[in-house]
Amino acid sequence: MKRIIQSGSVPGVEERLRALFIRGLNGDAVAYRAFLDDLTGHLRGFLRKRIYYLQDDIEDVVQEILLAVHNSRHTYRPDEPLTAWVHAIARYKLMDFFRARSRREALNDPLDDTLEIFATSDEEPADAKRDVGKLLEQLPDRHRLPILHVKLQGLSVSETAALTGMSESAVKVGIHRGLKALAAKIRGTA
Amino acid sequence: MKTEDLISLLSTGVAPVDSRVPARRFVRAIALGGLGALVLMAVIFGVRPDIAAVSRTPIFWAKFAFPTTLAATALFLAARLSRPGTTIGKFWALPAVPVLVVWSAAVAVLCLASPDARIPLVMGYTWRTCPFNILLLSVPAFVAVFWAIRGLAPTRLRLAGAAGGMLAGTIATMAYCFHCPEMSVAFWAVWYMLGMTLATLIGALLGPRFLRW
Repeated sequence: MKRIIQSGSVPGVEERLRALFIRGLNGDAVAYRAFLDDLTGHLRGFLRKRIYYLQDDIEDVVQEILLAVHNSRHTYRPDEPLTAWVHAIARYKLMDFFRARSRREALNDPLDDTLEIFATSDEEPADAKRDVGKLLEQLPDRHRLPILHVKLQGLSVSETAALTGMSESAVKVGIHRGLKALAAKIRGTA
Repeated sequence: MKTEDLISLLSTGVAPVDSRVPARRFVRAIALGGLGALVLMAVIFGVRPDIAAVSRTPIFWAKFAFPTTLAATALFLAARLSRPGTTIGKFWALPAVPVLVVWSAAVAVLCLASPDARIPLVMGYTWRTCPFNILLLSVPAFVAVFWAIRGLAPTRLRLAGAAGGMLAGTIATMAYCFHCPEMSVAFWAVWYMLGMTLATLIGALLGPRFLRW
């Protein structure tokens, strides 16, 4: 049932993902979605090889890394390799996961083979144990409402501002800070 | 929430990302940290009374150049370490350049001085308090710089903390120059250096705790 794609040409993956990501940084939602979809497959493949003894946790870690990539996308510079950037974030969040469980494996597996992160892809999701949606509901209204209307219901920033009585800049700030607060909540439950 | 739902959440309504955000955070942190250090210096220690006269001498600016060049290298390292996937490599040697220049000058001054003048040149009048005064002045910059780094995405927290601590310590030393009466290069080579090194070490200690994101 599991569909695992072994991609032979890692440089091709880098180029494709980078092109999509950069279009995403310029505000192209379709390209950004394609980037996140593709990245998700690679993250699953990367993690299934590494935390095979904790298969149940993989989808949680994938979601945490996706959120981290999104929240730190302003730190990427287009002249740098995307592989190294994504790998550093994935590794950081994986170390956090290990630390949260006080796993000694964190020390034994240095994970420093940068290119490997795009080497395999795995399209088959497992179930996430943690429900990000529930954590989202716990956010204060100034964060929750902008995310609900803009990110989940697909309204524009100005429509959301009119609906909630918030200013447009408060809506934008609310989305930005809210997703950071969501990541902090995930860290708290890890 | 399923992963595909999270992806659609993240990708819906994305706005273009402003690539100047990291630079702006550091500018703000340095402005606030520098201002905080100046105010603390003026209130707690006081600007040296002869500042108008001494600021016309090259030796004052040579002294000021020491923490300033180190601050520039610290900023460079901190900015790199705040972004995932960057390498530091040979850039580690950068802070060594101003330090070696000042140490060489100090050795030259001490060699030329008469033997009984050497100890006063190194110890000055304020060696007991100098490093701790610098640490005290670095507190606002510490908070501001750690805020800047944490809002980016540091992945090597101890190194990022050390670079941040060094930036805070060097900013504090720049402010301290306007109070400090010591004009011997041998004094700066030891006690300024100690103050900035302590700030760097404290940054390395605090990094893993306060830079997590």
